[in-house]
Amino acid sequence: MKTKIRLIRGKIGGRRMQRRINSKGILGKAGHLVVWAFFILLAAIVLYPIIFLISGSLMGNDELSNYLGAVFLGKEGYADFPFLPMFPTLRHYVEICLDSPEFFVMFWNSVKITFGVLIGQFVVGTMAAWGFAKYDFLWKKGFFVLYMILMLLPFQVLMLSDYLVLDLFHLTDNLWGIILPGVFSTFPVFIMYRFFVEIPESLLESARLDGAKEWQLFRSLALPVGSSGITACMVLGFLEYWSLIEQPLIFLKEKSLFPLSIFLPDITNVGRSGMAFAASVITFLPALLVFLGGQDYLEQGIMAGAVKE
Amino acid sequence: MRSIGKTHKSIRGFLWILPSFLGVVVFYLLPYADVVRRSFLGAVDNRFVGLENYKTVIGNTAFLLAVKNTLLFTLICIPVLILLALLCAVVLYKSKYGGIIKSAFLMPMALPAVSVALVWRVLFHSQGLLNHWLLGIGIAGSDWMNTKNAFWILLVSYIWKNLGYDIVLWMAGLAGISTNIYEAARVDGAGERQCFFYITLPNLKSSFFTITVLSFLNSFKVFREAYLVAGDYPHESIYMMQHLFNNWFRAFSFDKMAAAAVMESGVLLVLILLLQKAWDSKEE
Repeated sequence: MKTKIRLIRGKIGGRRMQRRINSKGILGKAGHLVVWAFFILLAAIVLYPIIFLISGSLMGNDELSNYLGAVFLGKEGYADFPFLPMFPTLRHYVEICLDSPEFFVMFWNSVKITFGVLIGQFVVGTMAAWGFAKYDFLWKKGFFVLYMILMLLPFQVLMLSDYLVLDLFHLTDNLWGIILPGVFSTFPVFIMYRFFVEIPESLLESARLDGAKEWQLFRSLALPVGSSGITACMVLGFLEYWSLIEQPLIFLKEKSLFPLSIFLPDITNVGRSGMAFAASVITFLPALLVFLGGQDYLEQGIMAGAVKE
Repeated sequence: MRSIGKTHKSIRGFLWILPSFLGVVVFYLLPYADVVRRSFLGAVDNRFVGLENYKTVIGNTAFLLAVKNTLLFTLICIPVLILLALLCAVVLYKSKYGGIIKSAFLMPMALPAVSVALVWRVLFHSQGLLNHWLLGIGIAGSDWMNTKNAFWILLVSYIWKNLGYDIVLWMAGLAGISTNIYEAARVDGAGERQCFFYITLPNLKSSFFTITVLSFLNSFKVFREAYLVAGDYPHESIYMMQHLFNNWFRAFSFDKMAAAAVMESGVLLVLILLLQKAWDSKEE
């Protein structure tokens, strides 16, 4: 009897769901299918570049120049590209990992920049976010508005004078010149603030009554309770700084300091196009891992920007 | 006594911000003050020239082109993205497989611009994949990145990269609407269409402002792909403010750069404050 009721309920629920999907009108089952076909198609288009890169990175040079010669080598006809390589090979990966010391250097530069920024944001940003969320001070609202405006200011506006400031501290052509401005970026403060504000005041008060110092509140209350917000920030930050273009392009002249994100090997050369694919995939992999591991946090981080106080 | 306690507390609160604020002063506020100062100085001799730089910049054809393109791009890309994301979010919100499809849409966020640029080169070359496919269905292709179409390619790139982000934002907004309202409306005989227009949309108003701001913020980042695919001097339909600033920087035209930067930040400031006002009025 009970299962029967549940079955009926399930049916009603299913119907309701279907009705929601067809919010444009009475489309019926066919319409339902059309909507889903549209979404699956859209998702396939969105994912195509990723499949393309992975597949290309596994192709030999002959196969690549066969398919893409029209684009990179000026051959007649059009580029063509199958979903899977005919003769898959890991040669390009081996080549990059064993024979390209410059690639390693760039990989490490990327790692240094990204983690330098993230560690700095973790220290400075969390403290500022905590201060904004739970303490009162003079002109707090003004400071916060200032932080929000700075968060929305594009890099180009300050590029020139940033360069001069960095020059003053002898930080041009130095990875610190990229890391330090990133550390003091105000965007993570804004995102973490949203999470810290949610921590109930009563929790703080009772900890204070138990004799906890303010610093202890931060360490053993804010950090653990707000950890999802901090992680969300770190995930967003990783994706941002791993793919940095403008700053290294302007502030770095020395090639040995370039990060992966501005590395694009000369693909017009036959022997190099496979490496370009493999390098692209290797650049993508850490970001993909962070994305897959932190997707829930990523979504929370994105949403934190939208939820009001 | 009370006021001393209060001052003490206020100083203690500010201490949390202090490290961050010092950095902000050094890396953001001082540079900005310097930009403003420079905008009134000549490039070579640092002589005070009044509004001369502003006049030069406003009469500069490259500047006008960049402003026109950036405005046009922003005015088209943001409404398209926001509407498309809303449509997707409404459909995906209540469905079983919504999560998987949402993940697929979020994936481009993780793809670094260098990797994107490689794919774009192969896709949009005059002998590239897109033209090949179009030929297959009997449509004449084009040299996408070197014609006016470059603008639309950039627009698609922006939507491709940010659709997932905005869907997540809209879904957060949808999750904030109590289901009771829908139940009550249905009992009163409201159909799906009525529910959508009279309950869903009005309740999403506050999300709308934040999503606009964040989409705007992300629209600056499309320069990454544009730069990597087309370099310093792309087709004139996608010559953006960022290209202009980069090129001026390389040419040591610091006077023009500073004046343009002050103008751009002024426009942004007005926009942000207007949005903020709209935000606050919605909150009451």
